Formats: sequence, structure tokens, C-alpha cells
Amino acid sequence: MAFNSELLSKLVKIYGPSSKEDRIREFISDEIRDYVDDIRVDALGNLIAHKKGQGKKVMISAHMDQIGMMVIDIDENGFLRFTNIGGISPYYSYGQQVIFENGTVGVIFAEPLDDMSKLKLDKMYIDIGAFSKEEALEKVSIGDICIYKSDFVENDKVVFTPYLDDRVGCFVAIEALKQIKEPHNDLYYVFSVQEEVGLRGAKTAAFSIEPDLGISLDVTGHGDTPKARRLAIGLNKGTAIKVKDRSLIAHPYIRETLVKLAEDKEIPYQMEVLEYGGTDSGAIHINKEGVPSGVISIPTRYVHSTVEMASKEDINNSIKLLVEFLNTEFDI
Amino acid sequence: MSNLDFLEVLSNHNGVSGFEYTLNEKIISYFEEYADEVSLDRLGNITILKKGKSSESSIRIMLAAHMDEIGLMVKDIEENGFLRFTSVGGIDPRTILGQEVLVHGKEKLFGVIGAKPPHLQEPDEGDKAIKMKDMTIDIGLPYPQAKELVKVGDPITIKRSFTRLKNNRVSGKALDDRAGVVALYECLKELSKLDHEADIYFVITVQEEVSMAGAFTAAYRINPDIGIAVDVGFGATPELGDADTIELGKGPGITLGGNIHPGLRKKLVSVADEYNIPYQMEINVGPTGTDARAIQITKEGIPALVLSIPLRYMHTSVEVIDMSDIKDTGKLLAFFIKEISKENLEGLLCY
Amino acid sequence: MLLKTLTEASGLSGNEKEVRDIIISEIEPYCTSLKIDRLGNIIAFKEGKANSKRIMVTAHMDEVGLMVKEIDSHGLIKFLPVGGIDKRILVSKPVLIGEKKIAGVIGAKPIHLQKRNEWSNALSMDDLYIDIGAKSKEDAEKYVNIGDYIAFDSEYVEFGQGLVKAKALDNRVGCAILIDLIKNVEDVSFYAVFTVMEEVGLVGAGPAAYEVDPDLTIVLEGTLAYDIPELDSHLVPTYLGGGPAISLADRTTVYNHKLRDRVVEIAEKNNIPYQFRKTSMGGNDSGKIHTSRDGSLTTTISVPCRNIHSPVSVMSMDDYKNTFKLAKAVLYDFKEGYNGF
Repeated sequence: MAFNSELLSKLVKIYGPSSKEDRIREFISDEIRDYVDDIRVDALGNLIAHKKGQGKKVMISAHMDQIGMMVIDIDENGFLRFTNIGGISPYYSYGQQVIFENGTVGVIFAEPLDDMSKLKLDKMYIDIGAFSKEEALEKVSIGDICIYKSDFVENDKVVFTPYLDDRVGCFVAIEALKQIKEPHNDLYYVFSVQEEVGLRGAKTAAFSIEPDLGISLDVTGHGDTPKARRLAIGLNKGTAIKVKDRSLIAHPYIRETLVKLAEDKEIPYQMEVLEYGGTDSGAIHINKEGVPSGVISIPTRYVHSTVEMASKEDINNSIKLLVEFLNTEFDI
Repeated sequence: MSNLDFLEVLSNHNGVSGFEYTLNEKIISYFEEYADEVSLDRLGNITILKKGKSSESSIRIMLAAHMDEIGLMVKDIEENGFLRFTSVGGIDPRTILGQEVLVHGKEKLFGVIGAKPPHLQEPDEGDKAIKMKDMTIDIGLPYPQAKELVKVGDPITIKRSFTRLKNNRVSGKALDDRAGVVALYECLKELSKLDHEADIYFVITVQEEVSMAGAFTAAYRINPDIGIAVDVGFGATPELGDADTIELGKGPGITLGGNIHPGLRKKLVSVADEYNIPYQMEINVGPTGTDARAIQITKEGIPALVLSIPLRYMHTSVEVIDMSDIKDTGKLLAFFIKEISKENLEGLLCY
Repeated sequence: MLLKTLTEASGLSGNEKEVRDIIISEIEPYCTSLKIDRLGNIIAFKEGKANSKRIMVTAHMDEVGLMVKEIDSHGLIKFLPVGGIDKRILVSKPVLIGEKKIAGVIGAKPIHLQKRNEWSNALSMDDLYIDIGAKSKEDAEKYVNIGDYIAFDSEYVEFGQGLVKAKALDNRVGCAILIDLIKNVEDVSFYAVFTVMEEVGLVGAGPAAYEVDPDLTIVLEGTLAYDIPELDSHLVPTYLGGGPAISLADRTTVYNHKLRDRVVEIAEKNNIPYQFRKTSMGGNDSGKIHTSRDGSLTTTISVPCRNIHSPVSVMSMDDYKNTFKLAKAVLYDFKEGYNGF
């Protein structure tokens, strides 16, 4: 299977922090429109695409929002102070370029600190090259959200770029969606909003869809770099099937089905036991009377940094496993 | 069948949150004798329905006790076959060192939890607890065989035999909240001898220890008029403050606080007084850490109560309870249910 | 099975009777003479064909555990350690108290009520107590007395590839091998001595050695193993499955190197795997024995045990068999007497 770098490189570059997903939604909507029966946007901004089938109602969720920084104050000299939207690390953001929705570019720096271990976001600021409050206000307003500006880089094995979280999940969903032309199951592809701030989009989407089964696509961590925190997940070792994270324990039926499919179809996979983090399935599984839910994860290094890295083979294997899963005749 | 036998069976069986299904058969075999209907839902909750006497009764009471237990999970396999692990639910890492475990892989594997011996540690390290990340499980198998039988994500339970102590007290693992399950069983047995108007849904819930996913979804489905969680409360021991605890052998704790419907709670207390059932008051101002938390905020909101069975050494493998408290909890529930009718419910629910 | 019987029996330092009775009933038919000395050591002699020197083989019978110190007003039992116990392994374990083996558990404060990071500090012995279900001091006193010995409640379990889990492998494994030697060695005369109170200061060994006055002693032990991949090999005291561990030096003895070389030679000649015990921490009866009277030679051969001094010690049956083989081969090597080291 060829790797569709073109699509992924576009997805990671489009602006769409939590609560301001309009642009990315529009892009995905255009990308998938021809492949689905119906497409709609709900009150929170989730993009819900329906591809009809006779089998079980399955919700496939990948979140399109990304982490960012919201301007909370502009000082007399034009420096912006900010708060985090989602999990922004002071260390990862220090010295990085950022970009606003209108294209304004800035850099993040910090007040001088003797002890860098005390670095916190409230000691940091964004410099957009304005020399007064007035100049700054011509370009940005309080409440604007910026995101990391950075390039998509790839070689024959990996991609590294900010915002694989979770545009790579969207990518996997879109590629699978294009491949499944005559679905057996009744498929609802949800490109969800506001995952990074608390799985909020998936919650409302699941309520309206009332799926029989839920599957999310998201990045997971890694344990294969020097002295990394122990996690039996490595790059280029296959797609990852989630057992647990902080938001859910995958339903045994979904987990076992994924494992069996991976074994039968010889798709390399790893089992994922994550001691932190969560994803959309955490919200889906407790919807209404309960929805058996699981997660296909894409092993990713340096999550929430500007150089998130994932393996092309793992991504392709995630697509393969998702396609097999969605074509399964479920007996639950 | 006796409460003691049932609790022994439940305590010795295993069902870490998310992996409770192996308990289903045992639990159903006890309840079904007195049940009108038994069903399993999609997340794995067991619901036992005992219908009320009124053929068109519209009152539904949901009783919830969770069957899941805290436990451990394989997170990696070392090149010498040792397992690394994480916890499922809240576990004090100090309480698992030197424990025997069962690893629920392709087959049940015996293992022991070890760590660096004192002679290899720095002198002051002896006063530091050993972290979970520095512990290993030895299953006595070299890597190839370990890899064959064990997968990352397999659940692990402490291997512990249920033990009878003195004075009707017992010790074992997972009494939180299998003791609650037995209290529901006691209630059901009691109800089979009483007239009651409401339909009673005994729900044996999943995943209380991690997300209350079972109670949330069961409450949504049943949409009861009253939801009652039966869980365990902190049993008094010398190092704990009196205000935080309830005493073993003195009846269930009746919880007071924001999670609890005040009208129903008053009724519960008056039933206990009327039938001479011992009870204690337990205060919890905010959301309780029980299924009642989930029930209360489901749909339009559901009036909730909590009954707590006093339990010492919570979330260890040597939890201790007094069997008399289970019996009193079951009885109190049954007599409370008997007293609830369509006619008086509205009054009880009025603030 | 002998090792199961021995490890499941209770025999804390100073209270070895239960274990001693099992050993006597096992060895009595095979011994030329047998006595219990005034401290409780078993001193047995087995006459063989050759008898050039006085050879002694020892193993201590006692195990570490706890003792009732106080019963509080709630009926909870406070305790003291008997022997070296890492306090961190006690919490959340079942125990058996006194001769009637009253069941109890060592409880812990619920994690929910702990202050932040409280769980990162080890619990001291004073924080812990045993709950037997008693409701008051008077109630508890019906079952338990101050001074009662408390043993871990731990069954003998075989698991994995030829491994055994049990309590008190230190040193019932030595006792079991010594019993096997008594039953199987015909050609050599030797004293078999089962000592008391090793774990509380090598108490029994001195008087026993004084009485036997050996020229040469083999001490059989269970010793610590910790063999995790991330540990540098020089820090690994012994490897489980690596064969009998031959001691180099510990806190009580620097072992005679000529005797040690001879033991190694015997192992190699007989194709018995062996390893050296690489740590100098710890000690054993050898310390008292080699300095008794005018001095003598000792060697310590040990079965590696993971989680030693805990209710869940683990050993390898292969190591057990090879330790027996090596001890037997060493005895036979001395059949014709030794040439002085």
C-alpha cells in the first residue's frame, strides 16, 4: 500500500485548535464528500459522515482538534501572555514558532530563569514582533488561539511534524473510508472536536448517533527511545491495540476482535497499556446504555511536541486493521 | 445458600475492572433462584429483576454493587521472562511487594512480586517504599515461553485465599465490593419473603473502580425512580480518625451528603429504627466514590442513596469485614424497599 | 514431599521444635547416633567406611518471622521481628500466630485516606499490626499471648520451569539437602548438625562446633539471588538456575581459598554447574564454626533464592539437585582423607 504523504502533509498543516475547528472541518468535509451518503455538522462542530450499511452501527472517531495557546493578555510593549488549550508543555514550547489563524507568526520565549526546572507557562510570552500594544492588537486579539508552526518532514520510514495528534487518526479514518465502498456495517465517521480539552465532541456525537460499537483512532506514546518511560510500544513495530488508558478499559469483545483480525490477516500489532492519557472512546463507551468500544493507536514519539514522529508502516497497518475491523460481521 | 459461602466464592474468584466476565456464571447461579429475569448488558453489567406485586407497578428501584476489583496489568516482558506491570484502580504499591499473583494469560500463571533486596540498596533506601515501576513479577519462565503465554494487557490478581477470622469476621481480597454483591443477595432472599410494590433491579456493575462505566450505563437503561449503591466504607482502625470511619459489626453506614437524597435517607433511617437494624451515619459532602455518583447524575437526575459495609484495609488483599454487617445491610434494604409505594414515593422525594 | 513439609512447618529462631521433630523422624533410621543438645541443635553421626578426619555438614533449622509484643485495646496485635526482615514486605500479608496457628492479617491504611505521596515512604514496624478479628484486648487474649511466635502463611508451590515458591527456603532447603545426604552417603563418616537460631546471631552453631570439633565443615544454605536484566553482572549476588553458589567471603567468614579451589575442581570434574556468591553481605554459621576451639576449615555451598527472608522465596529445583550433587561429591572426595589445605 502506497503511503499518501500528500494528504497527511496537508492535514497536519491546517489550523484547528480545540473550539476553532472550522478550517480543518471544511478540508476534511471536501476530502470525503464524494465517498459518503450523508454528511452533517452538529452543534459543537463535530463532522459526522454516514456511509450506510445493513450491519451494526459503528462510530469511528478521530479528533480533528489540536492543542494550542490562547492569548489572555497583551502588555504595553506588545508581548502576548497565553494560557494552554490542551496539553502544552512549557519545555516543548520554549523557543518555538507559532502561527495564528490569520497567519500572524510569533515566537515563544520566557522571562530569564535561574532554574529552568521552574519553567511554567505563566513565565512565558509570545513575541509577534510588535513594538506596542496597539501594534499587537492590529494582528491579534485576546482570546485568539495560535498553534505551533512547523514543517512536515518525511523520509522513507517516518514522518515528523507537529500535530500527528490527531491528524494522523483523521488520516487513517479518511483512507479507510475511501477503501470501504460497499460497507457491511452502518458506518458513522466522526471527526470530533475538543478531544484535547476533555473528550467533549465525542460525547455529544455518540449521544446523537447511538452506536452499537465504537472505535477511536489516536496516537499513543512510545517506550523505545533512550531511557524512555517503560511502555511496550515502539515505532515500526506495528499498529497498536489499546487495552487501557486513563479514559477507558477497552471492551474485551472489541480488543479480542482486533487481535484476531491482526493475527489472521498478518497485520503487525502491539498491545498498548498506557498509564496516562485518554481518547474519544473514553467518552463513547459510557454513552447512554453503554457502547462496547476500543481504540486503534498509532505509535508516536514525542507526542504534543513540534516533532511528533510516526512510522509510515505503522500508519498503513493501522489503516489495514481499521478496514478489516469495519468489514467484520459483529456478533455482539 | 449461605452468605459466607457466596462471599468466599466471590473473593477467591478474579475479575479486575474490565475483565469481570469470568464472574458472571458464579453470580448468576446464586441470584437466579429468586429472580424473575436475569440479563447481561453490553458493558457486562448483570441485572437481576425481581418484580413487584403490583402487576402494573411503575416504580423502579435500582440497587447497585460492583463486581470488579482493583488489580494489576502486564505492561512489558523482560528479556529474562520477568513481567513489568501497572495498576488498575487505586493501589498502594507498598501492599503488593512480596505477594503471590495469578497472571491471567493464555493460562493462569503463578508468579511472585519481587524487587531489589535490601543488601543492594543504599543505606537510607530502606525507609523509602519500593515503587511499582521497580517491581517485577517472576513467573519462572524464560522469555520465549513467557512471550507465548503472556500478552501485554493481561490482567493480574493477587492470589489470596479467603480466611475466616474470629467473631464472624473474614478476610480476603476484593471484599470491596463483593461484600456488597452478597448484601444484594441477602436483600433478594429477604424480599422473596416480603411483599413489595416496586420492581427491583439488582445490578452487579462493572468498572466502578476505574470509571463507574457500569453504573452510568445501567442507570441510563433502567432509569429508576430510586438508585441505591451498596459499597464498602472505611472500617475503624486506630490510625484513622473516627470521623472518617465506621465500625465493624455495628451495621451498615448510611451516607449523608450531597450525593444522597435527604428525604429517602430519612426514610431509610426510620426503617432501620423501626425494625431494630443497627446502622451508623457516614458523612460525605460531595460526590461519593461509589456507583451512586454515576446514578445521581444520569438523565434528568436520579435520587440516590448509599449504604456502606464497614471494611478494614480497603484496596489491599487482606480486607476485613464482619459478616453481620452484610446481613444487616441486606435486611435494611429489603425492609426499606417494602416500605416504598407509588403512593408515598412522591412525598418522600419532596424537599 | 520433604521440602514441602519442611517449609510449611513453623520454626522461628528459638522455637524450632516443629521442624526438629520432622527432621528427627526423617533421619533417625539412618544415623549411627543422634542427640539433641542443650540449645536444641540436632547432632547426628553417620558412620561410613572411611573416617580419616572429623567432617561436619550443617544446616540451620530456624526461619525469620515475627513475635507478639503487645495486644492493644482494640484487640489488634503489635509485633517484633525475629531475625532480619525487610519491614516493607510485611503489609497486606496473612500470618499464623502461636501453636494453634490463629489466622490473622497485617492490614494497611486505605490508599484513599493517605496524604499525598504517603505511599512513597515505607511503613515502619510500629505502624503495623495484626488483625485476628478480635473485638477487644480481652477477646484477643483468648487466642493469643505475648511472646507467641508468628509465622508467614505461605504454601509450597511449584511453578514455571522447575521453580518452587515457599517461605523459609532459607534454610529448609539446606535441611532437606542434609537429610538427603544422610540417607544417601554410605562411604564416608560425617556429622550432620542441624542448628538453631542462626537468624538471630548464629547462636546454635558455636556450641555445636565446640562439641563436634570438626576438621572440616560444609555449611549448606539458602542464599540471596537477584538476577534482573538491567543489573550490572557484578552486582548480581547469584543467579537462579546458575547452580550451587560457592561463597567467597561474607561478613562472618573469608573462606579458605584452597578448600574453595578444591570444591570448584570437584564441581568441574563431575560436570556440576556452579557459581560464586558475589556479594560480601550477610553471613552464616560458618562464622562461628571456623573460629571454634583452635579453628578449622569451612566452605559454604548455597542454593540461590529470590525474595529471601520473605513469604515468597523462590528457588530452582535444578539448583537444589546440583547443590546436593556437589555436597555429596565433596564428601566422597574426602573419603581417603584430605591432604591439608
